Amino acid sequence: MQTNIKQNLWGYLFIGPFIIGFLAFTIIPIIASLYFSFTSYDLFSAPQWIGFDNFKEMFTNDPRYLHSLKITFIYVFAGVPLRLAFALIVAMLLNTASRAVGLYRTLYYLPSLIGGSVAVAIMWRNIFGDEGIVNLALLSMGIDPVRWFGDPTAALWMLIFLSVWQFGSSMLIFLAGLKSIPQSYYEAASVDGASFFQKFFHITIPMLSPVILFNAIMQTIAAFMTFVPAFIISKGTGGPLDGTLLYSLYLFKQGFEFFSMGYASAMAWIMLIIIAILTSIIFLTSKFWVHYESEGGR
Amino acid sequence: MKPKHLKKIIYHVLVGGFAILLLYPVFWLVMSSFKVSEQIFVTAESFIPDPFVLGNYAQGWEGFGDHGFGTFIKNTAIFVAFVLVGHLVSCSLIAFGFARLKFVGRNFWFAIMIVTLMLPYEVVMIPQYIIFAELGWLNSLKPLVVPAFFGHPFFIFLLVQFIRTIPRELDEAATIDGCNTFGIYYRIILPLIVPALATTAIFTFYWTWDNLLGPVLYLNSPSKYTVSMALNMFLSNETVSNWGAMFAMSVVSLIPVFIIFFIFQRYVVEGISTSGLKG
Repeated sequence: MQTNIKQNLWGYLFIGPFIIGFLAFTIIPIIASLYFSFTSYDLFSAPQWIGFDNFKEMFTNDPRYLHSLKITFIYVFAGVPLRLAFALIVAMLLNTASRAVGLYRTLYYLPSLIGGSVAVAIMWRNIFGDEGIVNLALLSMGIDPVRWFGDPTAALWMLIFLSVWQFGSSMLIFLAGLKSIPQSYYEAASVDGASFFQKFFHITIPMLSPVILFNAIMQTIAAFMTFVPAFIISKGTGGPLDGTLLYSLYLFKQGFEFFSMGYASAMAWIMLIIIAILTSIIFLTSKFWVHYESEGGR
Repeated sequence: MKPKHLKKIIYHVLVGGFAILLLYPVFWLVMSSFKVSEQIFVTAESFIPDPFVLGNYAQGWEGFGDHGFGTFIKNTAIFVAFVLVGHLVSCSLIAFGFARLKFVGRNFWFAIMIVTLMLPYEVVMIPQYIIFAELGWLNSLKPLVVPAFFGHPFFIFLLVQFIRTIPRELDEAATIDGCNTFGIYYRIILPLIVPALATTAIFTFYWTWDNLLGPVLYLNSPSKYTVSMALNMFLSNETVSNWGAMFAMSVVSLIPVFIIFFIFQRYVVEGISTSGLKG
């Protein structure tokens, strides 16, 4: 009995910092945020209870919100699959015995390493300028230059390209996954006369599917919260014509530019709900496409 | 023999060429920082700066107002140092508790921690801001570094996974030799999890060094700006004459990231491959 109490005490002593931090910086803010989402609150006067008005406003009276939601979905559902596809293709190319693989792996990872920085967002802004190197490259291939900052759709694709450019970290994970697939599977398939594509769809994809699932979830969540590139590339405006007004940026503007803290909190809750739904969809559908090697778990 | 060679050459041209194409924007940024500002976009197609000038670095290093770029680097270094110490101490303690100690409610708190992994920062951002404002912590580093001393779910998870691979017999032997629980953490586990702590330190460095949203929310006076905020300032004052300075300081801001990567490459690659840390 005595040792039991002592054991519990030690346990809570060690994880104590987590519990305190969780209460102070997570659970209390979450409850406060839920409360604010039903209020009108400008930070300077007391919050006013307005029921579901913020949520009604968002979906019926704020075209900017719906637009922001739409382009964020495009950003996520174009960017994440492209990024994962690139990561898989390059990982397969690098899954050979060549001595140069170590060097290539490093080179392909570098964009991921620096991709989240302000410096890279500034760089991206400038290579896509009217006279930037992207347009010069297009011109040399005989394609008309694009006014990336003049057209909202082009501006959004500029952000998507930036996210796809950083496929390196997923590639490293896929590469580790590919290396763990027993070579004998491929040899047996070859003996049976399987083609490259048959091996890809019947060995590589099933064996890699748990890793793909994990990546798809983490990347989707992260993509939904993208802030820095949109903020820097549009100089904080979300322009042109709200073309880069991703959800996080609009939320930030509502909160800290227009001081609509209640509205911004309501937006944050919708974001949380969307992320929860997306994650559960990926999880629930996973039993149809994720293959686990043993019954005992991953 | 010959077709095999040809295949090899095609492979390297393809894979190597694509790598160069991907990294070309970075080379372009570096090269442009040595060009005369007015010529950066006039001569965007030529790779080698002509004339080769260092003036952009001198101009950028002056910063803006009364604050040189050195101040921003110093501010960021202090910011990173505090978060680093906070993460290493708190995450290792918490991870040891979860991985090794038996106590009521352990699975509950572990599950809670995993859930917070997926919680978007936006949900807690506004109430946290209000709390820190009430505490009078605005325009200081406190809101940015104090939470680091209460653990970070990603790193706790990483360390828990690592500690679980260490044989329990070591703990038992230490207990027999008279070690108490803290002794096991400090003398047995801590020295053995150094590789995982290195991964924690490296990614803490990257994420803190690049952090923009936190400093933008909490730091107002230019004397406290971090490097990311200073770059953002360059961008808002963007004119033809300071493109060069902005590019030069962008390059400067990337140098520590590259240095850390090339020294600790092994930990970075292993950290990502084994735990799925986002780089």
